[in-house]
Amino acid sequence: MGRIGAFLKVGRTEAPERPPAERVADYHEFVGTLPLTELREQAARCMECGVPFCHHGCPLGNLIPDWNDLVYRDRFDEAIQQLHRTNNFPEFTGRLCPAPCEAACVLEINEGNAVSIKQVELAIIDRAWDEGWVVPQPAAQKTGRSVAVVGSGPAGLACAQQLQRAGEDVVVYERDEAAGGLIRFGVPEFKIEKRLVERRVQQLAAEGVEFRFGVNVGVDVTAAELQARHRAVVLATGSRIPRDLPVPGRDLVGIHFAMDYLYDRARAVAGTASGGISAAGKHVVVIGGGDTGADCVGHAHREGAASVTQIELLGTPPPSRPDDLTPWPLWPMKLRTSYALKEGGERQFAISTTHFSGANGTVEAIHWQENTGTPPFELVPGTAESRPAELVLLALGFLGPEVELLDQLQVERDARGNAAAARYLTSADGVFAAGDVRRGQSLIVWAINEGRQCAESVRAWLDAEGRSERPNAFVSIATTGTSE
Amino acid sequence: MRKQGLYDPAFEHDACGVAFVARLDGVRSHETIAQALVALEHMEHRGAAGAEAETGDGAGILVQLPDTFLRSVVDFELPEAGRYGVAVCFLPRSAPRRAELEQLLERTVRAEGQVVLGWRDVPVDRRHAGSQASLFAPTIRQLFVGASSEAGDDPLAFERKLYVIRRVAEREAGPDLVIPSFSARTLVYKGMLTSPQLGRYFTDLADETMTSALALVHSRFSTNTFPSWELAHPYRMIAHNGEINTLRGNVNWIRARESQLASELFGSDSAKLAPIVRPGGSDTAVFDNVLELLVLSGRSLPHALMMMVPEAYGGRADVSDALRGFYRFHECLTEAWDGPAAIAFTDGTLIGATLDRNGLRPGRWLETTDGLVVLASETGVLDIPADRILRKGRLQPGKLFLVDLAQGRIVPDVEAKEEVAARKPYGEWFEREHVRLADLPPRTRAEHRDEPVRLLQLAFGYTQEDMKVMLAPLAVNGEEAIGSMGNDTPLAVLSNRRPLLYSYFKQLFAQVTNPPIDPIREAVVMSVQSLVGSEHNLLAETPAHARQLVIDNPILRDEELESLRQVDSDVFKAHTIDFTWPVAEGVDGLEPALERICAEADAALEEGSNILIVSDRNVGPDRVAMPSLLAVGAIHHHLVRAGTRLQAGLVVESGEPRSVQSVAVLIGYGAAAVNPYLMLATIGQLVDEGRIELDRATAEERALKAVGKGLLKTISKMGISTLSSYCGAQVFEAVGLSNELVDRHFTGTPSRIGGIGTGELAEGALTRHARAYPGNAGELLPVVGLYAWRRDGEHHQWNPETIALLQHAVRGGGRSTYEQFAAAVNDDSARRSTLRGLLRFRTAGDGGIPLDDVEPASEIVKRFSTGAMSLGSLSREAHETLAVAMNRIGGRSNTGEGGEDPERYLDERRSKIKQVASGRFGVNIDYLTNADEIQIKMAQGAKPGEGGQLPGHKVDAYIAGVRFTTPGVGLISPPPHHDIYSIEDLKQLIYDLRCANPGARISVKLVSEVGVGTVAAGVAKCNADHILISGHDGGTGASPISSILHAGVPWEIGLAETQQTLVLNGLRSRVWVQTDGQLKTGRDVVVAALLGADEMGFATAPLIATGCVMMRACHLNTCPVGIATQDPELRRRFTGQPEHVIEFFFHVAEDVREIMASLGIARFEDLVGRVDLLEADGALVHWQTRGIDLSNVLRIPDVPEGTPLRRTEAQVSPILHALDWRLIEAAAPALDDDTPVEATFAVRNVDRTVGGLLSHQVAKRRGRAGLPPGSVRFELRGSAGQSFGAWLAPGIELTLVGDANDYVGKGLSGGVVAVRPPGDAAYRAEENVIVGNTVLYGATSGRAFFRGVAGERFAVRNSGALAVVEGLGDHGCEYMTGGRVVVIGPTGRNFAAGMSGGIAYVLDDDRFAARCNTQLVALEPLEEADEIVVRSLLDEHVARTGSPVADALLADWDPARFTKVIPHDYKRALAVHGEARYSDQPISTGGGGFFTKESEEAA
Repeated sequence: MGRIGAFLKVGRTEAPERPPAERVADYHEFVGTLPLTELREQAARCMECGVPFCHHGCPLGNLIPDWNDLVYRDRFDEAIQQLHRTNNFPEFTGRLCPAPCEAACVLEINEGNAVSIKQVELAIIDRAWDEGWVVPQPAAQKTGRSVAVVGSGPAGLACAQQLQRAGEDVVVYERDEAAGGLIRFGVPEFKIEKRLVERRVQQLAAEGVEFRFGVNVGVDVTAAELQARHRAVVLATGSRIPRDLPVPGRDLVGIHFAMDYLYDRARAVAGTASGGISAAGKHVVVIGGGDTGADCVGHAHREGAASVTQIELLGTPPPSRPDDLTPWPLWPMKLRTSYALKEGGERQFAISTTHFSGANGTVEAIHWQENTGTPPFELVPGTAESRPAELVLLALGFLGPEVELLDQLQVERDARGNAAAARYLTSADGVFAAGDVRRGQSLIVWAINEGRQCAESVRAWLDAEGRSERPNAFVSIATTGTSE
Repeated sequence: MRKQGLYDPAFEHDACGVAFVARLDGVRSHETIAQALVALEHMEHRGAAGAEAETGDGAGILVQLPDTFLRSVVDFELPEAGRYGVAVCFLPRSAPRRAELEQLLERTVRAEGQVVLGWRDVPVDRRHAGSQASLFAPTIRQLFVGASSEAGDDPLAFERKLYVIRRVAEREAGPDLVIPSFSARTLVYKGMLTSPQLGRYFTDLADETMTSALALVHSRFSTNTFPSWELAHPYRMIAHNGEINTLRGNVNWIRARESQLASELFGSDSAKLAPIVRPGGSDTAVFDNVLELLVLSGRSLPHALMMMVPEAYGGRADVSDALRGFYRFHECLTEAWDGPAAIAFTDGTLIGATLDRNGLRPGRWLETTDGLVVLASETGVLDIPADRILRKGRLQPGKLFLVDLAQGRIVPDVEAKEEVAARKPYGEWFEREHVRLADLPPRTRAEHRDEPVRLLQLAFGYTQEDMKVMLAPLAVNGEEAIGSMGNDTPLAVLSNRRPLLYSYFKQLFAQVTNPPIDPIREAVVMSVQSLVGSEHNLLAETPAHARQLVIDNPILRDEELESLRQVDSDVFKAHTIDFTWPVAEGVDGLEPALERICAEADAALEEGSNILIVSDRNVGPDRVAMPSLLAVGAIHHHLVRAGTRLQAGLVVESGEPRSVQSVAVLIGYGAAAVNPYLMLATIGQLVDEGRIELDRATAEERALKAVGKGLLKTISKMGISTLSSYCGAQVFEAVGLSNELVDRHFTGTPSRIGGIGTGELAEGALTRHARAYPGNAGELLPVVGLYAWRRDGEHHQWNPETIALLQHAVRGGGRSTYEQFAAAVNDDSARRSTLRGLLRFRTAGDGGIPLDDVEPASEIVKRFSTGAMSLGSLSREAHETLAVAMNRIGGRSNTGEGGEDPERYLDERRSKIKQVASGRFGVNIDYLTNADEIQIKMAQGAKPGEGGQLPGHKVDAYIAGVRFTTPGVGLISPPPHHDIYSIEDLKQLIYDLRCANPGARISVKLVSEVGVGTVAAGVAKCNADHILISGHDGGTGASPISSILHAGVPWEIGLAETQQTLVLNGLRSRVWVQTDGQLKTGRDVVVAALLGADEMGFATAPLIATGCVMMRACHLNTCPVGIATQDPELRRRFTGQPEHVIEFFFHVAEDVREIMASLGIARFEDLVGRVDLLEADGALVHWQTRGIDLSNVLRIPDVPEGTPLRRTEAQVSPILHALDWRLIEAAAPALDDDTPVEATFAVRNVDRTVGGLLSHQVAKRRGRAGLPPGSVRFELRGSAGQSFGAWLAPGIELTLVGDANDYVGKGLSGGVVAVRPPGDAAYRAEENVIVGNTVLYGATSGRAFFRGVAGERFAVRNSGALAVVEGLGDHGCEYMTGGRVVVIGPTGRNFAAGMSGGIAYVLDDDRFAARCNTQLVALEPLEEADEIVVRSLLDEHVARTGSPVADALLADWDPARFTKVIPHDYKRALAVHGEARYSDQPISTGGGGFFTKESEEAA
C-alpha cells in the first residue's frame, strides 16, 4: 500500500510539459513523463484506501490502488497485467482521459493533492510497450462465430479485442481510411501520436481482428447483408451529429464545425491529404469552451493563426472546487485553463453569439453580447461587441448518432435519440450498441468500458443462442475480473 | 423452560459462592451444619434472584449421611451405618407419575440385587420459598436402600452399586426424575432457594440431631430465572464456582469414549453406565457426572481432579519429574476441562477444593487452633476471633486444597499430588511409549504430481487479497494482519461470492460469565501441543495409554506430514483418505463422496490405522475437492456416532486452509493437526517472486508461528488455554448453514437461521474448480474486494456511493440527498447483504396515521448515542465534535476507553457516557462522578474477547494526561476485566459503580453471539440498568482481520435473542436495551426497535458525517481526514462540525417518523418489541433460496398478554443499606467545612465497596482535588467485603483491622488504604493472606499498605498508586503503567507481565528472577533515588500497619536485598520527560480503542 505516510512528505507532481513556445512549432506530443524514481515516489503516495474512490470514479473501474502499489514496488510487469485487466488501451486513456479518478482521490479532499494516477497509468503502459510486454493474445480456442463491429473508435476497438480474444471472429467495418475514430482524426497528433494508435490496431489485427476500411455500412454494405454475414452486429458508430449555432450569418463561408476542421488537420499532419480547412494567418474564433474547442485552438496556434479567441456560453466557473455544487468526490465544475490557451489566445466566458457578418459570402466578424452566465443566459445590455473572425469553429458538442444505419437495422432509440440498448442489446435481433451511439457523447474511458461490457453481452447472447434460449437478463457483467 | 425462538437453555451459565466447614477431628456435630448455613447466608450477595426477589437461583448443602438423625425419623429398620444408602429424589408432584417413578426406582434397586428399605417424605416449610420456586417445587422423598448381604466390605462397591441403580433409573425415567444424591456417605439438600431460605425450607437442617463433620454449601447465580431445582448445587461430589469453557468438546469426547469404557470394578455393570452425561445438565452437572465415574472406577478424588483440571506445568522448574510425568501421561487419556473454576469437592471423608490453572476464581481458607477448617469464596463468612486463627490462605492457581478427616489434617498440595503421581511410573510409561513427531525420520512425498500452484490457487479460491492481506503479513511480520473499521460485507450466506465454508462459522468468545485469557502476557498457561493416536479405556491406566504421537505445533510442514503418513512403527499406522470427487459427477457427486470417506475411515480403523489423514492432494483437472472442513466434520461426527472416534487421530492435508480462522475451525471440529500445503507453497512462491524479502525457510517458519499465535488468540478469546481442549470443542456458531447439514456433520453446533446445504457447497467447489480447469497457469488471481471495496467485488454497505451521499446530505445536500443515501442503503441488492434487509414492515392496512401525529424528531434523537471510540483512537477534534453534537440534540456520546479531559466536564464537550473497559484508563472517582451513564465494556464488536494496545509513540502528552499515564509509554488493555471472571463478579462491579455514582445509569455492553440473551438476563439480574447488544460488524478499532471477519454475529440475532430471553424471564421491564452495529437509516432504527431495542447506537455513520472516508487505516495514524490520528498535521485537516452529525441524526429521525406513520404508531416507545410488525420479505428471502429461515428471529415470546416489552420500571437499588451511609454521616464535618474526622466502625464481608459512596460525595463536592490529606480517618474492624476502599478519594484514609476480600483499592483515586490483622492475631501476618485477588486494579493515585500476603494479580493495571505488600500471588503488577509497588515477601509466577510503566521494588529471595516475566522489564539494583522512595514507603507502612517485617528491614537497611523492576519503555520515557509527580497526580494509564500490531510491542 504505497509507503505509509508518504503522502505527508511527498507532494503531488504534475506531468512535465514542453514549453508552449517550443511545442507550438511542431506536432509532437507535448506531455512528457516523470523520471522513474520520481514516478514511483508519486505512486508511493497512494494509501490503498479501504474505499478507493478513485476506482469508483474511474468509469473503467481501473484497479488503481492495486497498480499504484505495484509501481511503487517496481513491478511494472505485473502492473500492466493488472491495468490491462480493466483497460484495453491504457496508452489512449493515459493521454486523453480527464482523470475523474484523480478528482475522486481521497487525497484530493485537500484540493490539488491527488495521487498522479494518470501519470502512473501512462508510465505503466509506455514501459510495457518499450519492454515488449504488449504482445498479441490470440484466443486459445475459437468458437467459429462471426461478429461484426461497426466503427473503430475506442468502443468498437475494445469490443472487437475482447470478442476476438474470447474466440469469436471479429470483422471491424470503418468508413474512414484508418482505425481509431475520434482518437485518430479528432484528437490532435500533439496529444496522441497516431503511431501509437496504429501500434494498438496492429495488435488487434495480429490477434485476428479483420479490419475493413472505407466501408460505410448502410451504404456500401446494407444492413441486411451485414446481418447475413455475421451472427451478431455491434454498432459503435459514435455520436456524430454536431450541435449547430442558428444565428444570422451562420451560412457564411468560413464557419465550420470543429470536427471538420480537426479531421482535415489530422489528415494534413498525417500527410494523407492536403488542403482542407486552415487557420493559417487568420483571425480564428472557436465557439465552445470544451476539449474539442481547445484542440481547435491548439491546431490554430500550430498553423500560425493571426489571432485565436475561444468563447464560452457559460459564465466563469469558480477557481476552486465549489463544495456546494460539486463536492468531493464529484467531478468539480471549476475553472480550468486548457493546454491550448497556455499556448496563446484569448478566452471569454458568458458570451452569447448574436450573429456573424461578412463580405462576399465569407465571414469577417463575429458579434456577441455578454450574458448572465447561467440559464436562461439573458443578455447583459450594453455589452455588445464585435471581433474580426475569418475562421469560426463551432465546438458545441454533439446531438446524437447518425440515424441512417440505425433505421435500416430498425434499432429503437431512446428519448435522447441514442440507440436504446439497456444491456447493450438493441431492439433488433442480434444487434448490439456500445459507446457514444448508446450513451451519447462521452469520455474515452466510457467508450472502452462500453466496448468491453458489450462484448460480454454479445458472448452471453451468442452462448444462449447456441442453447436456443435467450437470456433476458444478465446477473452480472464482469469487467474487472473480480467477480466469481 | 424449553427451547423457544432464539432462547435455548443450553446457553445458561451459572456461578456463585461456595463454602465448606469441616472438623479435622472428624467429630460430627450439628454446629458444623449451622456454621455452613451461616457462611451461606453471608454469601447471599454472590447468588441472585430472578424477576421475583424471593425466588433464588439455588442454594444447597451437602453433609455426611446423618445416621443418628435418619434413624430417628424413619419408621423402618436401618442396617448399620455404611450398609445403607439414601437416594434423595426430586419427584413430580403428580401422584400417578410419581408412583410410576417410585416403582421404577424400587424395581431397579431390586434388579441390582439391593434391598428397598423404605421411603421418607422430606419435610419442607413452603413459606420459605418464593412463589415461582414453589410453583415448580418437586416432591422430595428419600429412598433408603440396604446393601445386599453378598456385598463385601468394600464401601466403594456399594457406592458403585448405588451409582449403577441411579444411572439405570435416570435413563429410563428421563427428565422427570432427579436424584441429587444417592450415597451411603453423603446427603444433599438443595433447591431453588435463596441462601437464607435453605435452612428454613428444609426443617431437617435445623434438627439438632442432624450432625456432620463436614458441610459443603453453595449459593447459585444463574443467568436466567427459569425454574430449576435440579441445577442448584452441590451435586453429588462437587459444588462449583466458575464455568467450563470447553464443555461441548468434553462432552463429545466423553461420548466418544463411552464405547471403550470398561472397569474391572464395575465388571458387567460397565455396560449400564452410558451415557455417562445426563442430558440437560449444566457444566457443573456434567463435570460431576464424569468425576463421579472416575472416582467410582477406582481413582482417588485428587487423582481424578488432577486429570480433569491439571495445573499448568509446562516450563516450570518447581514441578517434580514424577508430577510432570503424571500430567503428561494423563494428557494422553483426557483433555483438560478448561475454564475458570473453583471446585469444592468431597466424598464424605476427603473434602477440599481446587482452582483452575489460571487462578480465575477466589477461594479463601482458614484453620483454627481448635481444628476447624473453613473455606469459602470470601473471607469473613464466619465470625472467628483472630486469636483462634492458626493460619489463613487462599486457593492458588492449579493447586489442591485438601482436608482429610481420616488423617485429621490439611494435606499440602505437593504431598497430595506427589502421592498420586507416585502410584504408577507414569512418567516412565510416557517417556517409553510416546513418540514425538519431531523425532520421526524426515520423509519426502512418495508420489509427486504437482499441479501448477496458480491452478491450485484458483481451484481453492485464492484471491490477490489472500496473498497481500493475509499471507504476506503472516510471513513477513510473523503475525496476523490488522484491519480497521469493522466489517460491512454480507454474511457468507448472503454473499454472491460463494465464500469458503470456514466463513460460515463464527468464533464464540467469553463475555461476563467467563474471562478471555491474554495469550501473550499469560503465555505460562497456554499450550498448543497436540496428540495423535488411538485412545484407550479411560477407566484403566496402562503404558499403552501413552502411545500417542506428540505434535508441538499443529500446523504441519509438508515434510512433517510425510513423516506422519509414512510413519513406520508397530504402534502407529496412517491411512490417507482422499476427499476429492470426480468433476464429471458434478454437484451430485458430493453426497456419495461423503459416504465414501466415512466408510473408508471405518475400514481404515478396522485395519488398525490410528492416524487418518484426510487429503485433497488429488485435486486436478478431473477431481474437485469438497470443503476440507466438511470432510473433517463428516468423518469426526461419523466416528463419534460409531463409537470409534478415539481409535484414531484426524489430520488434514488440504490446499484450502490459509488463515488463522480456517485452521481454527478445522481443529475446533476435531482435527489434531493441519498441513496447509498450498498456503505454504504460496508463501514459497511469494518468496521466489521477491514479494517477501526473506528466504523460504524463514518465511515458512514465521508464517507457521503466526498461525500458531493466531490460534492461541482464537482459543484464548473463549478462555481456553490448551489446544487439546479446544480440539473438537466446537466453540463456534454456524450462521447460514442448513440444520440438516449442521446436524449431520457439525452436530451440536448452534445454527439459528438455517441456510445452505451440501448442494450449494458442491456448487461452490465446482465453480472454483472451473476457474482453474481448464486454465492458464499465468492467469492473475481475482481481486474480490473483501477487505477493501472493489467495484465488481464483494458488496460493502459503506461504498463510494453511500459514503459520498451521506457526506453530501449533511453538507448542504439536505433531505433529498439523505433520501438518496437511504435509498442506496436500502435498495434491494444492498438489503440482501444484511439480515434486517431481508425483513419488511407490516404497514398498517388503513394507511397508518398522519405524520403530524407522530412524536417529533427532537424526541426520537434522544434515543441515539454515538459509539465508544476513545480519545486516542480518535483525534481530540473528532471526539469533541461528536460529544458536542450529541449534547446539543439530547443524545449521548461515549468517552470510549480513554478517559476524558476534566475540562470537558464543564461544557458541552462532556460525554454523558463514561466507559469502563478492561484497561480502566482514565477511570477514577472524578470521571465516574461526572457520568450520566457508566458503561462497562465487556466486549467490542470488532474483536470480542481480545485486548489491545496503544504503542508508546502514539501516547502524546495530552493523551497520557487524560489516561493518567506517561507520554511515550505503551499501554496494554487486557482481554478480560480482571474483576469480572464470572457473572457474580459483574454484579459486584455494578455495585462498585453504583457507589461511585448513584445517579448514573449502569450499562453493560455485550457483543452478539449465541447465548448473549441468557448473558443479558444475567446482567439484568446483576442490577444493570441498560444493556447494549453490539453487532459483530461494527467496530471502529483496529483488530486482527480474523477477528473482524469471524467473531460474533449480527445484532439482529443477538438483539432478538436478548429481547426474547428477557421477556420470557420477566426481566425486560427493568432494563433499557440498546443495539448498535452498522445502523445507517430510519429503516435500520425501526427494525431495531421492533426487535426490542429502546435505544440505538451509531459510530461509523456519524464519523462519516464528520468526514471519515473509510480509509481503514486507523491503526496507521495516517487518517487523511484527521479523525483517527494524533498527527497534528493531519488533525488540521479535520473539517467535521457538530452540525454535520446533528443533521444526520435528524434526517434519520425524520425517516423513522415516516415509517412510524405508515405503521400507525405515534410514540416510539410503542414500537419497542413489536416484532409482530415485522415479517420476512418473501421476495428477498426467496430470491436466492439459500434456505434462510428468520422465524426464530421473529418469534413472539410466549408470555401473557400485557407482559412489558420495554423498560417500564427501575431496578431496585442495592446500595440502600450500604455501610457507607454511616461513613458519610460521620464524615460530614470534613465534607462540609474541612474539619478532620476520625471514627471506628465494625465491618463484615457483606459490607462491600466500603468508601465508594463516600468518595462519590467527595468528588461531587470537591472535584478531582478531593479533601485535604487526613481529613477523614476511619478505622474498620472485621472482614471487609469485596472492593474495600474502591475509588477512594483524596483525603480519605481507611484502616482495616482484620482482612479483606478481592478488589481492595480498585480504582484507588487518591485515598489511603491500610489493612492489618488485629493485635491479638495468633498467626504470623506475613505468612498469611490478608487481602484477596486483583488488589489495586486500575488504581490511579493514592497509597495502600498491606500487612500480609495478597492474592493473584496484585496491582494489576495500577497507574499511579503507591503500595507496600508483604507477599503476593501470581501475575503481580500485571499491565502496570505507573506508580510504585514495594514487595517485602515472596512473589508468585509471571510477575510484571505486560508491565509498561511504574516501578516495583521486590525483596529478592534469589528466586525472584525466575518468576518475573522479563518481556518488557529490566531488573536492576536500586539507585539512591529509589532508596528514598522505598524507605519512605516502608516508614509509612510501619506507621500504618505496625509491620515488624518492614521495621526489621529498615533497621538493618540493605538496598542490595531489593531488586528494582522497571519497564524499558518507562525508563526511556522518564529519561525524556522527567519524573512525573506520582504521589497525588496520577501518572499513567493505558490504551483502548486504538491498537496496533503486536510487533510494535516494546522489545
